[in-house]
Amino acid sequence: MTAPVVSLAAVSKRYGRGADALLALDQVSLAVHKGEFVCLLGASGCGKSTLLSLVAGLDEISGGTLDIDGRRVSLMFQEAALFPWLTVSGNVELALRLRGVGRAERRRRAAELLDVVRLTGFADKRPHELSGGMRQRVALARSLAQDADVLLMDEPFGALDAMTRDILHDELERIWREQNLTVLFVTHNVREAVRLGDRVVLLSSRPGRVISDFEVGHPRPRRIDSAEVAELAATITDRLRAEVSRHAH
Amino acid sequence: MPTDAPAAPAAPAAAERNAAADRVTGLDALELGGATDRERLAARFWRSAWPKLLAVAIVIAAWQAVVLAELKPAYVLPGPAEVFDELGAIVTTGEFWDAVRLTMTRAVIGFLLAVVIGTVVGAAVATFAPLRAAIGSLITGLQTMPSIIWFPLAILLFQLSESAIMFVVIIGAAPSVANGLISGIDYVPRTWLRVGQVLGMRGIARYRHLILPASLPSFVSGLKQGWAFSWRSLMAGELLVIVPGALSIGVRLQSARELNEAALLIAWIIVVLLIGILIDVLFNAADNNLRRRWGLKQP
Repeated sequence: MTAPVVSLAAVSKRYGRGADALLALDQVSLAVHKGEFVCLLGASGCGKSTLLSLVAGLDEISGGTLDIDGRRVSLMFQEAALFPWLTVSGNVELALRLRGVGRAERRRRAAELLDVVRLTGFADKRPHELSGGMRQRVALARSLAQDADVLLMDEPFGALDAMTRDILHDELERIWREQNLTVLFVTHNVREAVRLGDRVVLLSSRPGRVISDFEVGHPRPRRIDSAEVAELAATITDRLRAEVSRHAH
Repeated sequence: MPTDAPAAPAAPAAAERNAAADRVTGLDALELGGATDRERLAARFWRSAWPKLLAVAIVIAAWQAVVLAELKPAYVLPGPAEVFDELGAIVTTGEFWDAVRLTMTRAVIGFLLAVVIGTVVGAAVATFAPLRAAIGSLITGLQTMPSIIWFPLAILLFQLSESAIMFVVIIGAAPSVANGLISGIDYVPRTWLRVGQVLGMRGIARYRHLILPASLPSFVSGLKQGWAFSWRSLMAGELLVIVPGALSIGVRLQSARELNEAALLIAWIIVVLLIGILIDVLFNAADNNLRRRWGLKQP
C-alpha cells in the first residue's frame, strides 16, 4: 500500500497549561489513504472538530506527529459560510483566484464545478436565494475549487433536514467517486458514517482517543435505511453507548 | 422486467443517474418555493408615500392653526402660504442656487475628508491592539461631543475661514466613520474568518477579499451617521463663522433674521430640512440595496 495522504501518530492536543489544561486529543493515530472515505465518529467532547482543525493547519498539535507532507487540504463546515457580497459563481471563483488562477480560466472552471454539484443556472444568484442544501453544495464546489488532496468535512450536513441529507449523501458519494477525492468526514450520526465511509473510526470522549476502527465492506451505492447499514450502525451505537456511560461516574 | 441481453446493465445505471439528477433538481425546485408576487412600482411608491404626505399635511395644518390662533404676531410667525410663496420666489433666483452650491460643496468636501480620515484611523485602530487601547475610547468620546464646542478653538486656530468650518465638520464626522468601520471589522463572523484561513487568505488579500467587504454594512451606517454629524456641524459653522464674501445658506439665514424677514428665514429652514431628507434618502437607498443583495432584508 502507498504512503497515507494524512497520517497522525500519537497526536495530542492540549488547551491551556498546568492543572487547568484540557486534554482534547490523546495519542490519536490515524492514517487516511488516497481515495479513501474515512468517517470520524464520536459523542460530544471527543475532539472530532479539533482533529480536523489540526489537519487543516488552523491549530497546532501539542504532541506526536502529524504528517500531511505538504499536501493541500480543504475544510468544509456545518454552515456553508458563503460570502453574501459575492454571487454563487463569485464564491467559487474566489477560491480559484486565491490560488492565482487567471480570470477567464476562473469563470470556466467555476462553471464546470457548479455543473458537478448540479447547480448549473444558479451561477449569478446570491447565496441567500438558495436553500440550505444548495448552499452546502456551493461550499462543496468552493472546496473542490481549491483542488485539495484531502477534503475535510466537519458535520457538513448536520443542519439539514433528513430528506435533503439523504440526497446529499448520494451526491457526495457520486462526486467522491467521479473526482477521486480523499475525504475525512466528521459526524455524530452513526448511520451517516456507515452510509458514507469506507472506514468508520470511533473516538472516545474527553480525552479523544481512537477506540475502534470499523471497515465498512458493504457495496456501494448504499442506502441509509438498508438492513446492512442498520446492522453495523447498531453495533457501533452499542460501543458508543458504552463509551458514554463510562462518563457517568 | 427480465432481461438477458449483455448491454442491459448499462441502461439501468444510466436511468439511475438520471433519477438521481431529477431528485436533486426536484428538491431544489421544492425548496426554492413558489414565485414571489411582485408589487407594481406605482403601488409600492404609493404605499411608502401616503404616510409621508399625511404627516406633512398634519404639520402644515397645525402650523396654520397656531398662526390663526395669533399666539405670535404675523410678522414673527407667518403662515404656511406666505412661507411657501417666499420659497417659490427664491428658488427661481440665481443667488439661491449659489448659496446651495456653496454650502453643498463645503458639505461634500468636508464629508469626504472625514471619510478618508475616519477610514484610515478606523482601520488602524481595528488592526493594532495597542492603538485601540490608546485611542479606542477617545474616538467614542469625540463622537458624543457637540460639535459647536469646537468653534471657539477653530476660530482661534484658523480665524474666520473655510478651514475653521472644515476643521469642525471633519472632527464631527470622522469619529462616526471610524467607529462604523471598527465595529464592522470586530463583528466579522468567526466562520467567515475560518473560511478565509482555509482558502489561504493572508495579509492584504485577507483585507481585500474578506475583512473590508464583510464590514461594509456597518461601514455604511457609520457613513450615514457621519454625514448627519457633518451636516449639523456645517450648519452651526455657517451661522458662527461668517467668511467674508461667501454667501452660504447659513449667511442667508442670519441676514433674514437681521432684516426681520420671518417668511424668508423659515423658507431657508425648510431648504435645510429638504436637503437633509434628500441625502438621507440616498443613504437609505444604498443601504437597502446592500441589504437586499446580502439577503438581510426581504425584497
